[in-house]
Amino acid sequence: MSSPSDTLHESSPAPTEANPHREALEQAYGPLEYSVYRGQQRVVVPAEKSFDVLALLKQRGFDLLVDVSCVDYLEYRGATDRYGLIYLLASTTSNERLTVRAFVNDPEPAIASVVPLWKAANWLEREVWDMFGIHFTGHPDLRRLVMPEAFTAHPLRKDYPLQGRGERHNFPVITRDHS
Amino acid sequence: MMSIAPAEHEAHPESRSEDYLWTLNFGPQHPATHTTLRLVLKLEGERVVDADPEMGYLHSGFEKIGEHLTFNQYVTVTDRMNYISPMANNVAWHHAVETLLGIELTPRGSYIRTIIAELARISDHLLCNGAVGLDTGAFTFFLYGFYQREVIYDIFETLCGARFTNSYTRVGGVSQDFTPLVIEKIRSFLKTFPKTLDDMERLLNRNRIFVDRTKGVGLLTKEEAINRGATGPVARASGVTRDLRRDEPYLAYADLDFQVCCASAGDCYARYLVRMQEMRESLKIVEQALENLPAGPVNVGIDQRTALPNKKQVYSTIEGTISHFELAMSNRGFEVPCEETYAAIEAPNGELGFYIVGDGNDQAYRARCRPPSVLHFAMFPHLIRGHTLSDVVAVLGSLNIIAAELDR
Repeated sequence: MSSPSDTLHESSPAPTEANPHREALEQAYGPLEYSVYRGQQRVVVPAEKSFDVLALLKQRGFDLLVDVSCVDYLEYRGATDRYGLIYLLASTTSNERLTVRAFVNDPEPAIASVVPLWKAANWLEREVWDMFGIHFTGHPDLRRLVMPEAFTAHPLRKDYPLQGRGERHNFPVITRDHS
Repeated sequence: MMSIAPAEHEAHPESRSEDYLWTLNFGPQHPATHTTLRLVLKLEGERVVDADPEMGYLHSGFEKIGEHLTFNQYVTVTDRMNYISPMANNVAWHHAVETLLGIELTPRGSYIRTIIAELARISDHLLCNGAVGLDTGAFTFFLYGFYQREVIYDIFETLCGARFTNSYTRVGGVSQDFTPLVIEKIRSFLKTFPKTLDDMERLLNRNRIFVDRTKGVGLLTKEEAINRGATGPVARASGVTRDLRRDEPYLAYADLDFQVCCASAGDCYARYLVRMQEMRESLKIVEQALENLPAGPVNVGIDQRTALPNKKQVYSTIEGTISHFELAMSNRGFEVPCEETYAAIEAPNGELGFYIVGDGNDQAYRARCRPPSVLHFAMFPHLIRGHTLSDVVAVLGSLNIIAAELDR
């Protein structure tokens, strides 16, 4: 997945017109993997620079953090990295969109939290931690969001089975005396 | 109703002894949460000092299931996300799938999807505003809204046989074309609904009790709305003029004339007004789309091998038979690129998008849903701090949190 050339379909050619955001990013951080597919702009940044890149993009007008999510590339053909973080950015004034991706790997996947930039990231990052076990350094309140606190696995990882590992049947029952 | 001091004037929670604070558990089963969500409120007398929202009680692993169902099968799961407007979820899901697969809808197909998405918006706003009315004591208003939802359910039932979980869309089109009876029912709804809407506005817009309970409550500034990722009516009530129907026209919205409804106050009352006004705009959209409904096929052609052919084609043409078998066989199906796309629509609740990763199979490798409810629920403590316990339901209702969409 790291290069767009191994796709089954022909990707749209990179836009010929100058892209100011790309230029600004490459000026600050050197050449980045930039691609366009179905008219959507994507850029891959190194995980250790992700916070700085996102801060720069926020300054450049991407004021709305639409989503923070993750993909586990464990079973993906040709993938070299395990987890791909996805930051979907949008601008409320120019209506541009940009997808920023960063890859992290086992054994301790971690990336800088963007809560200082967008408060919207708070729960979105908690969900990614819950579902994928990616640690967001600097997050103010990194608790599980959806699964119960006692849950140990990260269910959206590809090595977690669809039907679970029997947590449902072994769930502790609270009786009236102990409640 | 006492006047409410803004949150900034409240003393910081740490500055007083915790002993005076009272912790109240609100939900997960409570009539006024409407769905299964929980709030742990810290109260000082009747004043809410802090709130800790908790979710996950309705978590059903929809995103995990999305990795194991085909693009057509998963639409049944999207019904169950925001079950107040399942049609909008159907449209959002297949809009995202078609973006990934690069399928262009037929004009009739896109107009039909526009119409049902707008009807879904009306039914969602009716319930949301109705629930705000109900929670603040206006039961009649709620019943007016619920009766009209029934009419929309009736239209959907005539259209696809299901009232609640419609599963109406398919990759490359929809499951049923509009029949004359459906068009007639939508036309009669367009005629009768504005009158009810007038009645509803007369009931609440200047109702002293309702205005006192919602005006100035749950204030969200424009900067906070953007920073906290608010979309849809919640953002527009705070002055963010963002509407994907206008800003990134999808389906048939580019051909249609409508206004983006905004307010600047950012309180519960503004969110109520924006939703009321959006229903009128939705009516305009439905009317224009219905009167200009293009003729022609509703699904993309058999030659593209993406939409399931109808039964007549399957039984009477060789192309239809082949196409049906190929799409139904597990090793044929769609041609899915090894790529990732994000596509969103302006759902009644806000930006509802799907980030789909394709890996060549006709199941998504990853089907991430971007639910507007999560971001709206996350800002709840910010909105409620400094208000009274009775305002909790007004704020909660005006955010339109649907737990099934929240937890997925």
